[in-house]
Order: sequence, then C-alpha cells, then structure tokens
Amino acid sequence: MVQPSAYLLLSAILFGIGVVGVVARKNVLIILMSVELMLNGVNVAFVAAGSYLGDATGGIFAFMVMTVAAAEAAVGLALLIALYRLKETIDITELRILKW
Amino acid sequence: MEPVFFILFGAIATGGAIMVVTRRHPMASALYLILTLFAVAALFVLRQAHFLAAIQVIIYAGAVVVLFIFVIMLINVPEDRLPVERTTALRVLGVIAAGLLILESAVIARRFGMPKLPASDSGSVEAVGRALFTDYLLAFEITSVLLLAAVIGAIALAKKKA
Repeated sequence: MVQPSAYLLLSAILFGIGVVGVVARKNVLIILMSVELMLNGVNVAFVAAGSYLGDATGGIFAFMVMTVAAAEAAVGLALLIALYRLKETIDITELRILKW
Repeated sequence: MEPVFFILFGAIATGGAIMVVTRRHPMASALYLILTLFAVAALFVLRQAHFLAAIQVIIYAGAVVVLFIFVIMLINVPEDRLPVERTTALRVLGVIAAGLLILESAVIARRFGMPKLPASDSGSVEAVGRALFTDYLLAFEITSVLLLAAVIGAIALAKKKA
C-alpha cells in the first residue's frame, strides 16, 4: 500500500523538474516541453487525490488540465513557428522584440 | 505489489523528466517526454484511473508530442545553430529555487493526510463519464469552446500573412 504522500512527492518532483527546464533552458521547444512536464506533475497529484478520496472529481480536473495542455501546445507551437519565420531562431534570449 | 510498480514507474518518470530538460537536441527531449508520459500513465493505472491512463496515452503521447515532433522537423534548426546553454549565475539561482520548491512541496506532502482507502473505482470510465456528463456538464461543454479558440488561434498565428 503506497502512502498518498508518495504520489504527492512524485508530483512535486515532476513539477520541480519542469520548473528547472523553464528557468534554465534557452531552447523554446524544450521550455514548452517542460511546461507539459509541469502540467503532468499536477495531474499526478489530482489523480492520486481523487483515487485516495474515492471521488471522480480528481479525474475530471486532470481531464481539464489535459485539455488546457493540448490547447497550450497548439497555440505555443503556432507562436513558435510564426516567430521562427520572423527571427530565424529558437533561442529565447534572442526573442526580445517586446522588450523595450 | 503496488509499491514495487510505484517505485519502478516513478523512477522512470523522474529519470525521463530529467533527460527532457537536460538534452541538447529537442528531438531527444521529445522522445524522453514520451517515456515520461507513458510512465505517468502507468501510475494512473496503479491508482485504478483507467480512463485517464488511456487519455494520457492518446492525447499526450499521441497528439501533443506528435505535434512537438512535427514542429521540430518543420523548423529543422541545424545542429550548430541550436541555442548554446551557458551556466550563468541567474540560471544556477533558478535551479536552486526550483530545488527549494520541490523541498517545500515535499514537506507539505508529508503532512497531508488522506484516509487510507484501497484504490476505488472512482477513476473508471463509468465513474468519470457519469461525473463529466452530470455535475461537470457545463465545464465539459465549455472545454469545446477552449479547443475551438485554440484551433482558430493556431491557424491564425501560423499562417502566412496574405
């Protein structure tokens, strides 16, 4: 019998690794993938809590998170393609046209 | 049996996640992301959330990662023009901050008590479907609007200016 806190710990680790990817990498594609990792870590917590409490709501929330993740990937990658066409780079530090 | 599989798939998910953020080429990252997503799906099965495990494989591994791979191949950045990662003080600070975040969440997770029920069937297709089409019907329907907005946004952003 696995303790509920073990799942929450795993969820925190996945989320934290995603945070590392977002703050430490320069490649926009890997940053987007790290965001997916963070959302997945949250999903682990939702599913574990829902199953330990015997409530389907955890699963519903995980479902909603997946929908948002899919929408985010579609829009994020479309933005990336538009930016690449404009600047010919996927380096986040060179994409600063909004910076004053 | 659950602890063995939990440690196995938890280790695969964590290792895959570390590889995702450390690989130089985004294609390698995308493949390790698939590994992580499958391991998380296996963890969902361990918690009897079969519906979400299937959705995880179909939507994440089947749609989102394919989209990523598609874009990686589409823009096809040459190996020598990939961003050079340098360890600056700010980055190290960011990694330390993320480590503290994990530590903090771990402390909170340890204090979080839940009744030790055996894994129920609350994650089965029937239970999730029933909740989705009764209590959460409005949220479910609004999800379709979100996806429509994402589709229109993606097409509008990615198409060439006329």
